[in-house]
Amino acid sequence: MTSTTFQHTRYVISENLVTFGAFALFLVLTLFAIFGEAIAPYDPLASNAAAALQPPSAAHWFGTDQLGRDILSRVMVATRLDLGIAVMAVALSFLVGSLLGTCAGYFGGWSDRIISRCIDTLMAFPLFVLAMGLVAALGNTVANIIYATAIINLPLYTRVVRSEILVRREAGFVEAARLTGNSEWRIMARHLFPNVLPVMMVHISLNMGWAILNAAGLSFIGLGVQPPTPEWGIMVAEGATYIVSGEWWLALFPGAVLMMAVFCFNLLGDGLRDLIDPRMRT
Amino acid sequence: MTLHQSASSTTATDTVTAQLLSVENLDVEFRTRSGTVKALEAVSFAINPGETVGIVGESGSGKSVTAFTLMGVLDRAGKVANGKALFQTDRVAVDLLREPESSLRQLRGKELSMIFQNPRTALNPIRKVGKQITDVLRCHTDLSGDALRDRAIEMLASVRIPDPEQRYDAYPYELSGGLCQRIMIAIALACAPKLLIADEPTTGLDVTTQATVMNLIKDLATQQQMAAILITHDLALASEYCDRIVVMHAGHVVESAPTHSLFRAPRHPYTAKLIAATPEPHKAFADLIPIAGNLPDLKATTIPPCRFSQRCDRYEPALCDQAPLTRQQPVPEHHVACWKPLE
Amino acid sequence: MAHSTGKIIGQRILGAIPSVIGVIIVTFLLTRALPGDPAAFFAGPAATAEAIAEVRATLGLDKTLPEQFFLYLGDLVRGDLGTSLTTGQTVVYDLATRLPASLELTLAGLVFAIALALPLGILAATKPNSWVDHGVRLLATAGVSLPTFFTGLFLIYLLYYRMGIVPAPLGRLDILYSAPPPVTGLYVIDSLLAGDLALFWAAASQLFLPAVTLGLFALAPLARVTRASMLGMLSSDFIRTARASGLPPRQVLFGYAFRNAMLPVITTLGVVFSFLLGANILVEKVFAWPGIGSYAVEALVASDYAPIQGFILTMALLYVVLNLLIDLLYVVIDPRAGVEA
Repeated sequence: MTSTTFQHTRYVISENLVTFGAFALFLVLTLFAIFGEAIAPYDPLASNAAAALQPPSAAHWFGTDQLGRDILSRVMVATRLDLGIAVMAVALSFLVGSLLGTCAGYFGGWSDRIISRCIDTLMAFPLFVLAMGLVAALGNTVANIIYATAIINLPLYTRVVRSEILVRREAGFVEAARLTGNSEWRIMARHLFPNVLPVMMVHISLNMGWAILNAAGLSFIGLGVQPPTPEWGIMVAEGATYIVSGEWWLALFPGAVLMMAVFCFNLLGDGLRDLIDPRMRT
Repeated sequence: MTLHQSASSTTATDTVTAQLLSVENLDVEFRTRSGTVKALEAVSFAINPGETVGIVGESGSGKSVTAFTLMGVLDRAGKVANGKALFQTDRVAVDLLREPESSLRQLRGKELSMIFQNPRTALNPIRKVGKQITDVLRCHTDLSGDALRDRAIEMLASVRIPDPEQRYDAYPYELSGGLCQRIMIAIALACAPKLLIADEPTTGLDVTTQATVMNLIKDLATQQQMAAILITHDLALASEYCDRIVVMHAGHVVESAPTHSLFRAPRHPYTAKLIAATPEPHKAFADLIPIAGNLPDLKATTIPPCRFSQRCDRYEPALCDQAPLTRQQPVPEHHVACWKPLE
Repeated sequence: MAHSTGKIIGQRILGAIPSVIGVIIVTFLLTRALPGDPAAFFAGPAATAEAIAEVRATLGLDKTLPEQFFLYLGDLVRGDLGTSLTTGQTVVYDLATRLPASLELTLAGLVFAIALALPLGILAATKPNSWVDHGVRLLATAGVSLPTFFTGLFLIYLLYYRMGIVPAPLGRLDILYSAPPPVTGLYVIDSLLAGDLALFWAAASQLFLPAVTLGLFALAPLARVTRASMLGMLSSDFIRTARASGLPPRQVLFGYAFRNAMLPVITTLGVVFSFLLGANILVEKVFAWPGIGSYAVEALVASDYAPIQGFILTMALLYVVLNLLIDLLYVVIDPRAGVEA
């Protein structure tokens, strides 16, 4: 790291305490995702009719649900599933989208036309509706939630990578690599794609939040994850019935944690954007 | 305060009534994240009715900042720290820096107007050019309805735009850069102002268009007995069209004089170098002498009193570091801000 | 000019046709070309072997894929989307009766979002780094982080259960009222047309909370883009020209800056509609809103496939039409649109 980038980084850090708060939250979430089951105070699936629908207390910080299960434990354990779905989905659409986008941008011509046409068709759907249709058609499983979320995120990655590659295709360093006898695939993999990565990191972070929201939304309407598995969307859905009778904690805590997780990734994305390319800031 | 008008202050009083615009000791600062930039310091000059004055300098010398300050369109970060800018209207002299915004707005576009560089971006891209002229007319005159349109078309004709009636309905993207600049001129002159500020009006235009645009400005200025400030980095252009020239360097006015006397006997070393660096038909490219060094850092807490001292080969440590740097008048109407002016 | 604008509009309408074809192909593939037995899907979970075989024959599932596609197209042309097992009605009938509810909700949400986002964005842009500006930037990040279903529940708890200032979240109208004579299908408008203020109030107060929930989600991207594009416009050269010409601040801000700044906002509306139509499903479920979203969710729970397919097709076509309208609006505002194409 040169001294100017160091100064820039330090400046950005001092200007972005919020981003560091988000990063701390991200670490906590990661911790829960990895060790959630080990550190949860109760068994997330153990029901206890005697302790049903208890408001938050010293014993049950987030209260208990209609079956007497500890909500805090369920929220903690759910982290792995919720983040896992989002990470897998984003990774999948990043890999496939990058490949498609690179091909479309680099080769142009018919491969570009076919890929762009397919992406446009995906974009012709309201994305959440498409995800819902995909899960309904593919079958109601967690794996299909991941595929559906990945597919609706595909246009974003393909388009961003395609346009970034298009800009750089004729750049001097690519021409130099070509003249020194690198193969097309090697140029794409070793010279073009790494240059696109920083911009993609910003999109990945912002996209993670959206993926979490989508997956939780799908399970809220009863797709994918099935009860009694702890998952934030389902927990909110189950708690929804109790809102109108005043038992707010059932839906509030999983919903609030879900919101914080999404917020955390969005803030991280904003922070990364400031760090990588201040001009992208809006 | 480092730059003072010494000798001329006594003689100034009798000429003050004749001056259309007199700028005195103008300081402008920009607040940025990394410190305050002293963009203008003690800028003083005056414009008489009907005369054309060139403000010349490198980019970053503060020419545009001066113009924007006078028009009240400075960026948000820019602040007038000190100074006066008296503009003579029909009845009273108005301080362009102190007067309330609402009454200044009635002057802008009517008594003093401005044309900008990059005519393509200086026009509203999604409004018909004719409408952009009538917007100004509606704001400053009693005209309405068809009379507005007729007047706008008249303006288009007066800036020699072919087919003015058709062009009224054109959008800027449909016109060439030269035509856009004429539209700009039409907007600026729509209300027959007393002073026109032209900020690099020919930058970005091709050479033949440059001459037509400049001649147009000059002709209309003569016709309407309008004073004009021509802001340019092009000394040759200024010498061709201006009665007087004000030379700026790093936010200072370093020299001001009638054009012929400035060229015959430049007093400030910077002006002399600027003239030597200006291409002329009889000079070979190799004869041009670039000016060494860069503008000083105007963010620094201590800027030398003479902002040219670090680039100047006549620099003398003790003499030139004296503050405040005073303005001298070696011959009438010729001012120079230098401790060691050329003879 | 008028002639060429007409031509551009025609081009845009033609340009939407590939999207429509794409949408039809994808909805077709979603049901026919996927693993599992589509006939069993359409026949429902309790169907007998004979019923499944019958469905297979009616849907033409024993034919080749292209043949099936043309059969499907024929059905579409005839307006036949199958029958819902849960309601016993044709899917087209169900969708047609429920669509106005969804449209009313979406439009109200959009109006709420725009009514708040534009002034906020403009205010933030005219006072950069003020508290309004920081507030709007926080809102822009926080707003897209809100799970719609969660905000809805939270608002219900606060405004209905705790404060009691909104009616119970149970659909479009309290059972005490009957629906106004349908003209537009939107209760708040139809009740006004019928001159029934009490009914209007009843419908509006039911609509309020779901619309706000939906609007909060769409608010963030709109405010963000408005702020950014207004900021860009206010520091642009032509705004300086307008100010130097002495135009009144109101005209500079709204006549010059705002109109130009609207162009990126209109483009963003496409994404916003994608959000809104998706979030609609969740909001309808939370508020028991009798629109096509809750219809689809009910069908999903009952594994009733024909309504879901019809729902997805309707939503996608609606979205194509909305995008087309956005495109046309853009052409009307920006004279440069379509020139380079």
